[in-house]
Amino acid sequence: MISIILNGKKIETVAEYTSELCDNDRQTVIVNGFGIKEDTLLKNGDIVHIFEKDHIPTAEERKILMSARDSPELCDKIRTSMVGIAGLGGLGSNIAEMLVRIGIGKLVIADMDIVDATNLNRQNYFAEDIGLPKTIASEKILKMIDPSIEIESHHCRLTPENIASIFKNCDIVCEALDAPEEKAMFINTILEKCPGMTIISGSGMAGYDNPNLIRTEKRFNDLYICGDGVSEARQGMGLMSPRVSICAGHMANTVVRKLLGLDI
Amino acid sequence: MKINGRDVKIEESVPLTDILMKEGFESDRIAVELNGKIVSRGRYSDTLISDEDSIEIVRMVGGG
Repeated sequence: MISIILNGKKIETVAEYTSELCDNDRQTVIVNGFGIKEDTLLKNGDIVHIFEKDHIPTAEERKILMSARDSPELCDKIRTSMVGIAGLGGLGSNIAEMLVRIGIGKLVIADMDIVDATNLNRQNYFAEDIGLPKTIASEKILKMIDPSIEIESHHCRLTPENIASIFKNCDIVCEALDAPEEKAMFINTILEKCPGMTIISGSGMAGYDNPNLIRTEKRFNDLYICGDGVSEARQGMGLMSPRVSICAGHMANTVVRKLLGLDI
Repeated sequence: MKINGRDVKIEESVPLTDILMKEGFESDRIAVELNGKIVSRGRYSDTLISDEDSIEIVRMVGGG
């Protein structure tokens, strides 16, 4: 007889192997945070989670599942955090998807655009979303990933007058706008009006140059810049999914590191 | 003084706008920190820079 924690509850069991607790064809088994493919010997104190493969998890089940995949402390921190995303284009729509997938608690999203056909080469939308405001399309898609995600959306142009009130409660805000003047305006407004708030910004990710040139740098006290710093979107050098997604990945990973109290 | 860590010699105090123009920065695409503090965008012309100052300038590139 050994003692294990099965789906969050302590139980005594005579089972020696995982196959005695579950059916590998129908169920997914996670032992001590790692997905098990082969029959595995159980030990006293093991933390075991078993999920039906064809079942969409409830919010509570998803929480357990995420904690089982990553560490509970990491999940708790991410789940109780609020992140703002200014702009839902190639950077913002992909950052939002990544953060929802890793279990972020709440997103504040803002964009003034509607989805059009030219967006689909890099932005996290589908043909059926063309014509929808990006805020509405994003909410729909993000809730397809996690139905319990809390989203506050603002379909509007961001200005020095409304930025602080929209993002004031966020732990971190991502600048994912398009025009350089708008990007600079946003950064300046947050730095001036929301002192102490971490801002993560994208700058330079157009074209298909060496992906290793895209990096994350700390600039100023609370400002992190992701990108190669030079590849400006222009005629002859458009924005394309691979490099934009790499930059979005840098930004989302910087969000995670800052939420966990780490620097770059 | 220093601009993004690079030593630049100035003889007398000059407005930040002069330095930005000389260095080729467009003022609507940047953010500026002077000795660790953000400079409001409306204050670039009346912010005087002296030889002991350290300026950090971030220039934004379009695309997102």
